[in-house]
Amino acid sequence: MHAETITVDMSTVSIAGVTLAADLSGALYWEEQKLLVVSDLHLEKGSSYANRGVLLPPYDTIATLGRLGAVIARHDPRIVIALGDSFHDRDAHERLSPANREVLSALQMRRDWIWISGNHDPALPPDLGGTVAEEVAIGPITFRHEPTGAAGEIAGHLHPKARVSTRGRAVERRCFASDGTRAVMPAFGAYTGGLNIRDAAFARIFQTLGFVAHVLGDRRMHAIAASRCC
Amino acid sequence: MPPRKSVAKPDLLPDHFLRWFAMRGWSPREHQLALLQMARDDRSALLIAPTGAGKTLAGFLPTLVELSNLSPLAGRGRLESAANKPGEGERIIETPEFAEAPPHPSRTASAPASPRKRGEGKNALVSTGRTVQRTGGLHTLYISPLKALAVDIARNLETPIAEMQLPIKVETRTGDTPVSRRARQRRYPPDILLTTPEQLALLLSSDDAPFLFSSLKRVVLDELHALVTSKRGDLLSLGLARLWKLAPEMRAIGLSATVAEPESLARFLVPQPPGESVSADIVVAGGAAEPVVEMLDTKERLPWAGHSARHALGEIYDLIKANKTTLVFVNTRSQAEMLFQDLWRMNDDGLAIALHHGSLDVAQRRKVEDAMSAGKLRGVVCTSSLDLGVDWGDVDLVINVGAPKGASRLMQRIGRANHRIDEASRAVLVPANRFEVLECRVAIDAVAENAQDTPPLRTGSLDVLAQHVLGCACGAPFRADDLYNEVRSAAPYAELSRVDFDDTVEFVASGGYALKIYERFARIKQDASGKWRVTNPKVRQMYRMNVGTIVEDTMLKVRLVRGDSGKGKKGVTGALARGGRMLGQIEEYFIEGLVVGDTFVFGGEVVRYESLVEDQVYVSRAHDKGAKVPSYMGGKFPLSTYLAERVRKLLDDERAWKGLPDQVREWLSLQAHVSHVPGARELMVETFPRADKHYLVCYPFEGRLAHQTLGMLLTRRLERARARPLGFVANEYALAIWGLGDTSHMIRQGRLDLAALFDPDMLGDDLEAWLAESALMKRTFRTCAVISGLIHTRFTGEEKSRRQVLFSTDLIYDVLRKHQPDHVLLRAARADAATGLLDIRRLSDMLTRIQGRIIHRELDRVSPLAVPVMLEIGREAVYGEASDELLAEAAEELVKEAAGFEEMGS
Repeated sequence: MHAETITVDMSTVSIAGVTLAADLSGALYWEEQKLLVVSDLHLEKGSSYANRGVLLPPYDTIATLGRLGAVIARHDPRIVIALGDSFHDRDAHERLSPANREVLSALQMRRDWIWISGNHDPALPPDLGGTVAEEVAIGPITFRHEPTGAAGEIAGHLHPKARVSTRGRAVERRCFASDGTRAVMPAFGAYTGGLNIRDAAFARIFQTLGFVAHVLGDRRMHAIAASRCC
Repeated sequence: MPPRKSVAKPDLLPDHFLRWFAMRGWSPREHQLALLQMARDDRSALLIAPTGAGKTLAGFLPTLVELSNLSPLAGRGRLESAANKPGEGERIIETPEFAEAPPHPSRTASAPASPRKRGEGKNALVSTGRTVQRTGGLHTLYISPLKALAVDIARNLETPIAEMQLPIKVETRTGDTPVSRRARQRRYPPDILLTTPEQLALLLSSDDAPFLFSSLKRVVLDELHALVTSKRGDLLSLGLARLWKLAPEMRAIGLSATVAEPESLARFLVPQPPGESVSADIVVAGGAAEPVVEMLDTKERLPWAGHSARHALGEIYDLIKANKTTLVFVNTRSQAEMLFQDLWRMNDDGLAIALHHGSLDVAQRRKVEDAMSAGKLRGVVCTSSLDLGVDWGDVDLVINVGAPKGASRLMQRIGRANHRIDEASRAVLVPANRFEVLECRVAIDAVAENAQDTPPLRTGSLDVLAQHVLGCACGAPFRADDLYNEVRSAAPYAELSRVDFDDTVEFVASGGYALKIYERFARIKQDASGKWRVTNPKVRQMYRMNVGTIVEDTMLKVRLVRGDSGKGKKGVTGALARGGRMLGQIEEYFIEGLVVGDTFVFGGEVVRYESLVEDQVYVSRAHDKGAKVPSYMGGKFPLSTYLAERVRKLLDDERAWKGLPDQVREWLSLQAHVSHVPGARELMVETFPRADKHYLVCYPFEGRLAHQTLGMLLTRRLERARARPLGFVANEYALAIWGLGDTSHMIRQGRLDLAALFDPDMLGDDLEAWLAESALMKRTFRTCAVISGLIHTRFTGEEKSRRQVLFSTDLIYDVLRKHQPDHVLLRAARADAATGLLDIRRLSDMLTRIQGRIIHRELDRVSPLAVPVMLEIGREAVYGEASDELLAEAAEELVKEAAGFEEMGS
């Protein structure tokens, strides 16, 4: 009854001449490099809130890792990049339950795992497995957490979402934002909210509205002009 | 138990009260004396009386008499005459100079200095050896659903208190009461405190609640019929249970309009013993004149569909013109807006017609109410915002535009035209379409029979219980066993199971999760003696900030600015720079559905959506005649089950059609001729082709909410049956589904079995699967999450944007549903779904009722009965989970203008 039902649906995104697959789960897959990127996992966000008196259900980490496991199983990547803010706060990794730690270790087996530092998790300890880095450059592509607008950059941090209205009805979903030269990835975490792509923060990166929102629908991806969103 | 007949004893009212009645030219009414008698007999009572029966005075008379009779020995000064006149400040309430109260005369007599107070004898505290007991103190608590009502009642009480020179201090306490006065009220309580259910909860959660309430003798609950239908009623019932514990001598008086089950409502007023059901005594005020209700006999052509009643505008206008003051009730805010505009367009006589609805700015609403009381208005177009409240000036006619929805609701509205009980109220019903004619017809019959259809008493919800449990812990540590027993004394919670109670306490403590990892973050903990107590002061603060059960849709402020476009005739826009005049508030989800440039009606004019900046919506005056986006709120109340049944019976009984207008009778006869008129217990299904699509229309008459849910579930099933459904639209009476598959052909071939399609088993897996993604269910869950205290909407200092709250509860719902589907909050949300936005219980009753009684008609075209719902297509939002379709449509546009985005699909 609770089986994951993610249909394999992808739309392609080209960045600086490299073609990647934007996955319905919110991950990005680079076939030639067998490289999978996910951004803003925000693990242990639930317990972070609990610490402040808001007792959110403590199932966000297992939910996020479960979805991550599914997309990894589908692509079987050689490299996984977690594009920053993988943990919701500095101490979040210490709150990982032993069970979830094991799930994470299993995902890291037989592949390279790179934790990019984010503003929420600037100092990850080495015992989490994998390598910690500020940014990673592969070919023309640079992976970093906070977008700068540089050409060839794939970043996260902003949690883009797009809203479309038609005939008095609106739909709002997470999305990839890309103009062919750079891209901002959606947040992957179960409890992560979003920032509308019409926000000024995106204008600073893309300069114009000439970018496309690759919107995560219920069953498939939709490429929609940013100017069409509201 | 039959209603108690009172025997009016002459000594029930002291002489000075009798003199006062005489002076005003009144004589005490029988129900007023009955309540006095019951107070003397130490009994709780429910008074059922129509508007204008002197209900409020009846509720307060026992208190006024008792307080004026108390002897000084009991700690109160008796005031015989003007010789002992108290200072003016004592009776005037809510005066700003009242900041630090002078000592109450009744409490100065025999008061030893309070151990708690620095003041000299301000409160009469007497040591009884082990405890300290007070004399005097709070005597009566009055609770109303509207804070404005509490303030008005306080003003009204001034008259008898002043004229009889009673030594009684009355104060109000609402969300607007300044902090300093609230603090003072806790230390030096008035004799009578007028407040709301939320304020009561707050008072009960303070640690001096026992001190404040131990003296309480009476609680008066106004508009009880309205309070008990919502979660506020649950909260109030739990507050009452607390009061019965703190003040065992307290008795309750409930004031209510006529209800369907008075016995059940009367249970609310007395503590329920375990396993038993007891009710307070019931007093029914008689003597109200029969209302005169008619249906507008329009000369115009009756529309097939729609709710605007535009056809009858002229006739409505003439009615307003012919009467002194007319209240024009409509069912939705958008209808109110439209009707108001239309009336003004034809208002050649310059009649003073005003607009009143819940989204208008409070100051604006107050202005209308004041003008109304002053008799300055000829007509007010209003929504349920005027259903409750004090009596307005000389209203001599009520016009109800559109469907009455329920018999009791209609009677209460009609009662607004009646401020003297011996005069008949007059009302005119204006149906907006043909189906509404049927509904108006049966509603008029129901009023004539005085048949009531108020909903049954609620089962208390668990999210409200969670809030209450935390509130209790904020007051004083509690033992679970004690609190469980106390809670069950509240009528809505009488059947509460121990499991539900314990799960709720666990939820309050550390979230109630199967995964026990939040113990260290617990909000309440058991101490060594087994008592639950709050773990830190921040928990108290959060509770106090977030108390209450009214979770409103996120509202945005609408401001009028000068538009960029607009050809600007000679628009009287005035000085409207940025940050312009505030018009009122609007639901966020409505704005989200708009694109810049869309027009809609708001605040009595057509406006153009300009921009959204944080919580401000900027609009400009549009010079269009009509608005592009027609509606921003469906009717809140669905057609009552009772009226629905009567409509079905009316349809079934051809002889009864005689009472209907010619146009409607002809419509039904034509339907009988070309198709079939559904029988009272049948479900009729029609299938027919139209343009390039195939339609399936059914007529359950169960209200829009239940039909929407049915539409969702049927669409899933039709999809599985490969009928390729595309969408559906529902109204109060019918549901139409369309698609590509030829349903007539499928039924003929036996590939689609209607009995199976409508089988109640759709409420099993199909419902579960749909609930997983239903936006309505997510809204329901959000309400529970907020009320239960899982999510806070208010924080000290800044207010977190509600927008964020909405988003995160959807995510929480998804995760929780998957990982702990039996969590107490999901149970609470499911219970709400049974009666709330999804109306599942009603749907389930219908599906059971119609089993084996489905009548199918295969037609070659739309039938007369189907026309109204078919006309809703394109007018009403089409519901469905078809987000992908909507997104795909937007994506399509991109493909069309493909140039410029070479990176796509390369």
